[in-house]
Amino acid sequence: MMLQSAPSVSSEALLDVDNLVVEYPVGAKIVHAVSGVSLQIARGETLGLVGESGCGKSTLGRAVLQLRRPTAGRVLFDGQDLTAMQGDALRLMRRRVQLIFQDPIASLNPRRKIGDIVAEPLVIAGVKDPEKRKQLVHEVLTAVGLDPTLVVGRLPHEFSGGQCQRICIARALILNPEFIVCDEPVSALDVSIRAQILNLLEEMKGRFGLTLLFIAHDLAVVKAVSDRVAVMYLGRLCEVGPSEQLFARPAHPYTALLIEAIPVPDPDVRPTETVPVGEPPSPIAPPSGCRFRTRCPRADQRCSDEMPELRAVAPGQFVACHHPLI
Amino acid sequence: MTGNTLLSVEDVIVDLPTPRGNLRAVDRVDLTVGTGRTLGIVGESGCGKTMLSRAVLQLLPKKAKLSGRVMFDGQDLLQLPPEKLRKLRGRSLAVVFQDPMTSLNPVLTIGTQLIETLQEHLELDDATAKKRSVELLAAVGIPAPEQRLAQYPHQLSGGMRQRVAIAIALSCEPKLLIADEPTTALDVTIQAQILDLLAREQRRRHMAMIIITHDLGVVAGRTDEVAVMYAGRVVERAPTPALFKRMRMPYTEALLAALPKLDAAPHTPLPAISGRPPDPTRPLQGCSFSPRCRYAVARCQSEKPPLEAAETSAHQFACFHPIETHADANA
Ligand SMILES: Nc1ncnc2c1ncn2[C@@H]1O[C@H](COP(=O)(O)OP(=O)(O)OP(=O)(O)O)[C@@H](O)[C@H]1O
Ligand SMILES: Nc1ncnc2c1ncn2[C@@H]1O[C@H](COP(=O)(O)OP(=O)(O)O)[C@@H](O)[C@H]1O
Ligand code: SF4
Ligand code: SF4
Ligand SMILES: [Mg+2]
Ligand SMILES: [Mg+2]
Repeated sequence: MMLQSAPSVSSEALLDVDNLVVEYPVGAKIVHAVSGVSLQIARGETLGLVGESGCGKSTLGRAVLQLRRPTAGRVLFDGQDLTAMQGDALRLMRRRVQLIFQDPIASLNPRRKIGDIVAEPLVIAGVKDPEKRKQLVHEVLTAVGLDPTLVVGRLPHEFSGGQCQRICIARALILNPEFIVCDEPVSALDVSIRAQILNLLEEMKGRFGLTLLFIAHDLAVVKAVSDRVAVMYLGRLCEVGPSEQLFARPAHPYTALLIEAIPVPDPDVRPTETVPVGEPPSPIAPPSGCRFRTRCPRADQRCSDEMPELRAVAPGQFVACHHPLI
Repeated sequence: MTGNTLLSVEDVIVDLPTPRGNLRAVDRVDLTVGTGRTLGIVGESGCGKTMLSRAVLQLLPKKAKLSGRVMFDGQDLLQLPPEKLRKLRGRSLAVVFQDPMTSLNPVLTIGTQLIETLQEHLELDDATAKKRSVELLAAVGIPAPEQRLAQYPHQLSGGMRQRVAIAIALSCEPKLLIADEPTTALDVTIQAQILDLLAREQRRRHMAMIIITHDLGVVAGRTDEVAVMYAGRVVERAPTPALFKRMRMPYTEALLAALPKLDAAPHTPLPAISGRPPDPTRPLQGCSFSPRCRYAVARCQSEKPPLEAAETSAHQFACFHPIETHADANA
């Protein structure tokens, strides 16, 4: 697959994921969580990653950061292969990459004060001067819209979900990383707080020159912040393309399904009842050929015999389907 | 309201004692739902949606104080003895919660739970109850329903669990189903399926329904009427088409604006509502939305706007400076 990016971002790939495979052994069986995913993210770009629950989004995000070692494949970050790194080299590299989780409240240690939680990455990174740490904590809390003097001495349970997510973002930013995996950062939040956090992430991205992998299951949310979108189904990529193009002309039947499922706040738009009933098959025994075929209205014999590879259908738009919509 | 009134909530107040003082979770709410109709209740987290539905179901926390009147199907629920209430719940008044595990028992199979519910309320023999259970699971879109009867809730995905909770709620043909954020914990595709399922079953059974959500997108095509709640009160209430055609309350407008737009270019900043709802143990003297409202004037801080209709219409709102036209709202 060629590197494609929106015109405004430089085309240098900061992240290059090549044929990544992640499997979890469960008993005698194997969960095929990620099965051969390749993607690139240019410096300064936001790549959105969408797909249903259990399709492997978090696994992919964690494997990229080496929080879960992949079964096979390579992850080049700024030209260096993270999968081959160990010990100190990996630890140093980890400062440049961060993760923000879906459940903001659960990802904060309930017994530690906010000031200590946000400072923790500094401690791990060996910043010994407490005054320096304090100053950096104050700066980053201010940047995410919290009042440091009111916040540092308090415990996580005293904050709402949206505020906890701001704290998580502050913690992720404090080492001045280059790349952040945002794993469903707004899925647990209300519509109004969601908008605040999405705006904050966009602002932080500009201010700190970040590159983002933005994971969500809601295509509308992903579109709001992403230059390009990758659609994932049962461990594989279905489609990758520039956000607007993907929305206007989805090529993969699954992308079209995800777009259709977005609730539209307009009473004249009657919800279509064409979403196929049923849920993704088990990743322990994924279907042969195209993994989407058990729910796809266009499936035929070829789809069960032959696995579709990603190929270009339009400039910058790639689809893995034998019978694409365009 | 057209048709017969099935549920009427009159001047309901729910007070909860907390260490920080009294918390008024629901503040003088009036609502009605007609037979076979659908009401959407929309609002941010903490605005009292769940407490209101629990007040209707008479499932409030023990320490809660409830006042007002809840009339359901000709009976005053606040006056009903506990035994009769229990009979009513699960029979003609059913509920689906956000987390399906709230209503499912983790140590009983799905079959046992369905069959028990059916037998408790409908006096069916074992074979008939089992047959009905299979039919219900099939109706809510569960593949291989016979095999599922022997499974436990933890063996199912979140979407499947919610389907089972809906099957149980529907099992005794309720007259009213209250669905409290039934899809908030689910994926967008599963959400669409569950909402379709609820709509289909509602039409088939001519059942009334209350859908509670924080997403105006969820209620738009699926309800007859919408009530918007803020800080424990209903602040706007209208037939769904009228509401979306012309929102009057700045809060409703702000909730709509905060949704990502499909036709907006990526990186378009979202018009977020700044700040948070007020601390419910420290009620404001004036309009509860005033600290966050871009139309607020001095009067909004000192006086509470009543919920009323401007013209002789069904469209009510609680605001001193309602939005005049939709064009204005977009300006
Ligand atoms: N530690 C683990 N051991 C075994 N299986 C796992 C483990 N973690 C995840 N899985 C399985 O791997 C698959 C992918 O999971 P993953 O958490 O990556 O999905 P996801 O797309 O992030 O889903 P969600 O939207 O629910 O967060 C799922 O089938 C999941 O059950
Ligand atoms: N068991 C409880 N004890 C005390 N306060 C509660 C309890 N449950 C909810 N509340 C409070 O009541 C208010 C309304 O809550 P709720 O009805 O759950 O809101 P919603 O469903 O709209 O998110 C909130 O301020 C909440 O913190
Ligand atoms: S390859 Fe076949 S089954 Fe897969 S998405 Fe395309 S048409 Fe559907
Ligand atoms: S009463 Fe005033 S503060 Fe309240 S919503 Fe209306 S304009 Fe805004
Ligand atoms: Mg995940
Ligand atoms: Mg609730």
